[in-house]
Amino acid sequence: MDFPKDLKYSKEHEWVRLGDDGVAVIGITAFAQDELGDIVFVETPKVGQNLKAGQTFGVAESVKTVSDLYSPVSGEVVEVNTNLLDSPELVNESPFGDGWMIKIKMDDPAELGSLLSSQDYQKLTQKG
Amino acid sequence: MSSQSQQGLNFTEDEIFGRGSPGRGGYTPPESGLPAIDPQSALPIGALRKDLAGFPNLTEPEVTRHYTRMSQWNFAVDLNFYPLGSCTMKYNPRINEAVARISGFSTLHPLAPDNQAQGTLEVIYNLERWLCAISGMDAATLQPAAGAHGEFTGLLMIRAALTARGNPRKKVLLPDSAHGTNPASTVYCGYEAVTLPSGPDGRIDMAQLDRLMDDQTAALMVTNPNTLGIFETDILEVSKLVHDRGGFLYCDGANLNAFLGKARFGDMGVDVAHINLHKTFSTPHGGGGPGAGPVVVKQELEPYLPFPLVEQTGGGDYRLEYDRPMSVGRVHGFFGNTGVLLRAAAYTLSMGPEGLAQVAEAAVINANYIRARLEGHYHIPYPGHCMHELVITDKIQNEYGVTTLDIAKALIDRGFHPPTIYFPSIARGAMMIEPTETESLETLDQFCDAMIEIAGEARANPESLKAAPVCTVRARLDEATAARRPQLRCSMCG
Amino acid sequence: MRYIPLSPQDKEKALATIGASSVDQLFADIPEAARMNHPLQIPGPLPEMDLMDWFETAAEKNTHAGPRKTFIGAGAYVHHVPVAVDHLISRTEFFTCYTPYQPEVSQGTLAAIYEFQTYTAALLGMEVANASMYDGPSALAEAVIMACRVTGRDKVVMPDLVHPHWRQVVQTYTQHLGIDIILAPMASDGVCDPEKLAAAMDQRTAAVVVQSPNFFGHVEDMAAINKAREESGALLIGAVAEPMALGLLQGPGASGADICVAEGRSFGGSLGFGGPALGMFAVQNSLARKMPGRLVGKTKDTKGQDGYTLTLSTREQHIRREKATSNICSNQALMATAAAIHISLLGQNGLRETALANLAASHYLAEKMTAIPGVKMAFDQPFFNEFAVTLPMDAQRILGDLASAGYLAGPNLGRWYPEMNNTILLCATEVHSKKNIDALVAMIAKGTV
Repeated sequence: MDFPKDLKYSKEHEWVRLGDDGVAVIGITAFAQDELGDIVFVETPKVGQNLKAGQTFGVAESVKTVSDLYSPVSGEVVEVNTNLLDSPELVNESPFGDGWMIKIKMDDPAELGSLLSSQDYQKLTQKG
Repeated sequence: MSSQSQQGLNFTEDEIFGRGSPGRGGYTPPESGLPAIDPQSALPIGALRKDLAGFPNLTEPEVTRHYTRMSQWNFAVDLNFYPLGSCTMKYNPRINEAVARISGFSTLHPLAPDNQAQGTLEVIYNLERWLCAISGMDAATLQPAAGAHGEFTGLLMIRAALTARGNPRKKVLLPDSAHGTNPASTVYCGYEAVTLPSGPDGRIDMAQLDRLMDDQTAALMVTNPNTLGIFETDILEVSKLVHDRGGFLYCDGANLNAFLGKARFGDMGVDVAHINLHKTFSTPHGGGGPGAGPVVVKQELEPYLPFPLVEQTGGGDYRLEYDRPMSVGRVHGFFGNTGVLLRAAAYTLSMGPEGLAQVAEAAVINANYIRARLEGHYHIPYPGHCMHELVITDKIQNEYGVTTLDIAKALIDRGFHPPTIYFPSIARGAMMIEPTETESLETLDQFCDAMIEIAGEARANPESLKAAPVCTVRARLDEATAARRPQLRCSMCG
Repeated sequence: MRYIPLSPQDKEKALATIGASSVDQLFADIPEAARMNHPLQIPGPLPEMDLMDWFETAAEKNTHAGPRKTFIGAGAYVHHVPVAVDHLISRTEFFTCYTPYQPEVSQGTLAAIYEFQTYTAALLGMEVANASMYDGPSALAEAVIMACRVTGRDKVVMPDLVHPHWRQVVQTYTQHLGIDIILAPMASDGVCDPEKLAAAMDQRTAAVVVQSPNFFGHVEDMAAINKAREESGALLIGAVAEPMALGLLQGPGASGADICVAEGRSFGGSLGFGGPALGMFAVQNSLARKMPGRLVGKTKDTKGQDGYTLTLSTREQHIRREKATSNICSNQALMATAAAIHISLLGQNGLRETALANLAASHYLAEKMTAIPGVKMAFDQPFFNEFAVTLPMDAQRILGDLASAGYLAGPNLGRWYPEMNNTILLCATEVHSKKNIDALVAMIAKGTV
């Protein structure tokens, strides 16, 4: 199970990668996709939508379950991974790479401070 | 020829679209002796369809073979044990089918004048009274076409009654073990669905109920026995609390088979309930319907029943009353699934008071018999006797990497339909087993023997269960691809 | 008791295994105050012969005209369903099974429903259809709710030419959802006026509903109405009460409808005092994940063979609960199977031939009716198998006289449209012979003298 050290994590099993341009790439973790099973559909927000940290931005569906997706940070949605429409399995195959879900131009990069490190997130997954 | 014997009496059969050849047809319309009308002159040309591409051209024998072969791919109650929990897969008496097909019933147009529909109106009127007697309630509507439809109708009536009292309120309480239709019906009535966590014994937790039942809660929706197969022993205290706080008690009647003739909703403080005729009253499940979900109510809710109602005039005739100013409205185009109502009425008359009381006893004995035989082999999360159904889980088998899904598929190979799986979700890996009263002890023994054998395989040879089912026309189906790239129709057609 | 195998001996053995001394112990959880201490107050039991007597006696009190003398449509159309249909749905494997939760042992039902979905979509001119709803009216109600949900808007325009019962069901379903149903009065024209419809729509309109053929039997100009709704961005919901018409006419999808619903009773069903019925529900692909109801999809099994399974289940109540697209669980599966079988027996030619026979019968009836002095077509609009005529005398009395004479006609539109009190609907289909049509006309003609 992968817990890339260069990422930040939320308690709801999302990861964040902040680029130099202030744009955060967001997806769900390897642990999350494993729990959900085969992802069959990802519902994403519209480009231009404003999100607050903790707000739901969409839904990940597997055959028998549905999981709300929570934005770890606040900002405007600048891009959505349209490849997921035809190939939702990218989330299973490459959750930290091609399976990314949305990109947000962060309002306040300091928000990353309140997210979990790779080590802390890994501990969290071992608890339940 | 594209359809052929696969092996002996096991047949493959292709889809019907595009098959046959022009000149073949399975139906001959009657001779009318009327002049033909040219559609191009009678109807707007732009509205005419060009053709029915992909529709078949087959004769009656070919069509008959097609569907007969397809039917053989199905498991059914008439073949073997079908213990789907909360579905009450009891035997469907054939006399019910004969009754529903009496031509005086089947040829009656829904808009025929009342005085020519006295027979059907009599049956509807009587079935309402019988369901009221059975459930201890005062009035009924037979319009809802399924349990969920009944839930929606019942909740509408609760809302109407509360509105008449001055405040419709905002929320409905639902146990965490509730069937998914319960919360879905709740939001259709403009209410918020609030979850009531169950106690450690699987029953309603009175402390939680006390905490959550407030003056903005319109109703508590219970299922009794609940979806774990356990009777809500505190039901009288529950109803008192709900009523004291100005709310209504709704009972989902899916599990009525547990106490027919032994107890009645009305005596438990229930204000409104639906009954699933395709469960408790033996009408066939049909692959997913048609069913019927009549709603029975206490007198206070009678004015809100959907219109029209069947009333009896002074002279003993029946008539349809449409002038019901406080009615919640119409939930069905006509009067509900009348053919299903006829079957349920036939069943009620077939069984009579003694027969129905025996139903519950046998159903509960059968479920407890299975419980006793499976004890030790499977994890049973809630101790003590169950009612007409029981919940077991895959906890023991998990140790060997075997899941409820594997056990279900392994049962198929041994000739049984699996129980309901993964519901209710408060019991992880649940298998809900409801035998019903129409099964013999021999059948229950065969089922338990198979379950025990599977438990043994789980220990000794778990991999063998992962491939199951292997004896069916199709192996496990790729549900992920079906949901990712849905193919929901044949594109050749239309 | 012939349906309960548990004999007294079996009971003893079972109780011993359970470790209970009596059955009463197993019911101990029911509080004393809630237990019944008297037998159920219901009649019976009746053995089979007596049971049949009871119901046959009741059925004889239905003194209505037979199907070939029933000239009423109004949402329930008289057709001959080939006898083979009932035999095939009486195959125990089709009717004593339940929802296909375990696809490996339900391929028969799944394949039949896949056929029904295909036929429904093809006839309505849409891309995808579901596994059925309770009936046309509740399907329309769900379509209205869906339209509001997907557009985020809260108004729906509904002409009064939509069947009154369908409109009532829509009202019942939407009354607490903050949805404003705007009734557009079009009855005086007999068909919808696209300009008037456009005027009733705005940026808050989620959908406009159009039934075609409408309640008066007239074919609506769906293409014009489709254009009329474009500016507002409202969805177009097409409703069909008589899908036999689709043997000749295009479905609303061909004219741009976003959602289509229909009452499928004409295929495989019987009049049966209105039930069981058959709701049909279809959308374009872009809305498939938002539609209510069950869906059967095609896929492969682990051996690579084509097969079917229930799919897109995350829309439904058992997974999504209060956020589901609908509360529907059981639907009308056996009736959908019957419809598929009926349509398969008719086939390409039979469906068209039957539709043509309907056209011939109704137009002959119309011609004969208007030859009666004082009887006029209420409107000059194209119709399929149903139309409205205005009578020069008391329609209620004439309909009553006809009923007593063994002919059912009507209904009287005054029942729902107060200004149309002596205008009645008449319906003639492939079951109505020249002889019966002539007899009906003669009786009405007598009534006018």
